[in-house]
Amino acid sequence: MADTVQTWGSTVPEKAVAKPNKMQKFLRQRSTIAFLMCLPLILIIVCLVIYPAFYSIYLSMLNKAQTRFIGLGNFTFLMSRDTFWQVVAQSTIFALSAVFFKALIGLVTAHLVNNLPAKGQRKWRGMLLVPWVIPLALSTLGWWWMFDPTNSAFNYTLRSLGFDGIPWLSDPYWARFSVILVNVWYGAPFFLIMYLAALKSVPEQLYEAASIDGASAWQKFIHITLPMMRNIIAITVLFSLIVTFANFDIVQIMTAGGPRNMTHMFATYAFLLGIRSGDLPLGAATSLFMFPILAVAAIFILRGVRKRGREIG
Amino acid sequence: MSVATASVPTSRAMPTGASLRRNRRWALWASYFFLILFAIFFLAPPYYMVVTALKTDGEMAKLATNPWFIYDGVTLDQFRILLYNTDFLIFFKNTIIVTVCVVAITMVVSVLAAFALGRMRFWGSSILATGIFLTYLVPDTLLFIPMFQIVKSIGLLNSYWGMVLVYPTLTVPFCTWIMIGYFQSIPKELDEAALIDGAGHMQMLLKIFIPVALPGIIAAMIFAFTVSWAAFVYPMAFLYSSDQQVLTVGTVTSLIRGDVYKWGMLMAGALLAAAPPLVIYAFLMDYYIAGLTAGATKG
Repeated sequence: MADTVQTWGSTVPEKAVAKPNKMQKFLRQRSTIAFLMCLPLILIIVCLVIYPAFYSIYLSMLNKAQTRFIGLGNFTFLMSRDTFWQVVAQSTIFALSAVFFKALIGLVTAHLVNNLPAKGQRKWRGMLLVPWVIPLALSTLGWWWMFDPTNSAFNYTLRSLGFDGIPWLSDPYWARFSVILVNVWYGAPFFLIMYLAALKSVPEQLYEAASIDGASAWQKFIHITLPMMRNIIAITVLFSLIVTFANFDIVQIMTAGGPRNMTHMFATYAFLLGIRSGDLPLGAATSLFMFPILAVAAIFILRGVRKRGREIG
Repeated sequence: MSVATASVPTSRAMPTGASLRRNRRWALWASYFFLILFAIFFLAPPYYMVVTALKTDGEMAKLATNPWFIYDGVTLDQFRILLYNTDFLIFFKNTIIVTVCVVAITMVVSVLAAFALGRMRFWGSSILATGIFLTYLVPDTLLFIPMFQIVKSIGLLNSYWGMVLVYPTLTVPFCTWIMIGYFQSIPKELDEAALIDGAGHMQMLLKIFIPVALPGIIAAMIFAFTVSWAAFVYPMAFLYSSDQQVLTVGTVTSLIRGDVYKWGMLMAGALLAAAPPLVIYAFLMDYYIAGLTAGATKG
């Protein structure tokens, strides 16, 4: 290692003296090197994110055969369809309720784990994060099997307890409930981990001071824990809102949008129109409807992360 | 309440101490109780998948016994059928190829970029860093339809090489973002010492930054691995023949033939497909969690 360092040190100045080439000088400049190092990343973002984004807007203004420009025709067509408004409603219900329960369960379990003696925490944390680690498509397959109406786990358990079996995925409202349940199951551990990390970062002295002042556990939670965690809660909720709103796997595998299109989300509806029915422009238009909502959430996340960056220093 | 404790501090000290301890013990038992309930909720599906995968088809068809347990004996038949009679191993091979390529591409691209952005300020670097974070927030379902057209025009539709091309959009932004954070946490004195010794930027990166930031690199690698292993939308939209299919979509679609659901085999497939991420998680849990939480902290 020492050798290589020395050769570097001796050759570079020599070359520079021998040939004060402008191009070489430019290439050795710090900012040029830095830019070159970023070039692959910039290429990926420009070619595979920014270009597709603009192409998507163009695509959504073509007719099905992609031969004619029809302006906002696809968007107005979608907005005239009842199914589309069902998709809007279901995506909103799905995202809001799933994120709410994920955040709630995450907060509760994080507190429970934090109550345990330090030695056992690792084990519990490791166990409770398992749903997040299994690829969602595969665990959804497992859930689908548990929801099976005739010979499956849930209905057997219900019947043996004296209840009727539930048509989990064939009744539209139970189907909505089921896909949300799976999403909560999958996403709650993520909140648990984030909140647990945030809980650990609250200085112990604050709690000690509050104890001396005679604060109850609830008062400590309201006046210390929540304010200290406010930022991370906001970031996690907004981030999860984006991911949940744009979710595809669960609905596609369990119901494929059915029964009666009641469980369709933006992503699965776009898939149905764009890929299955071969109307790419209409599918692109459906996806694009997600953009404003995602953009608003993204802006707030960015603000939160920046603020958090300043707080940590 | 605070007034009461302040006015009679000494006489109350002993009993409060004892009741506090009793309260603590109560809180602890309550915590365990509720944690067990949550653990049942979280672990029931994977448990049920394991039970199903180890049952015989005969027991499953009978409908008489409790499905949560195995009565007719444990069998590995489902795994045997899966490995010998289906394309599962092809899916597995394809997924490994795609994932290895994607992780390699991701690490090279994001380590180089993160080093430049975290250490060498240049014109537009802060805008670029913000842009990277925003691209991380773009979900795959927003752009999969224009991507379909793009992949098709390059001629990579129905080829797993198309996945190698598009997955980095899901992995690179986040990995770069967390690597910037790790690189920025390395003390400035280290690069100054290296510069005095005459090291170039590349040497500095290879001999100082990568070894020092190794935990971050491992965390980023795990993230890239799990994302490309679990990706579902892109292969679902872009791949349709089974010799090109990857595990997630292959297990969910190709193993289901007609209306007959071979649940035992399906669960065996799902478990084997989920095994690599689970094994990595079991051995590298701390890195996994570090990568998970790094996204929301300072980058």
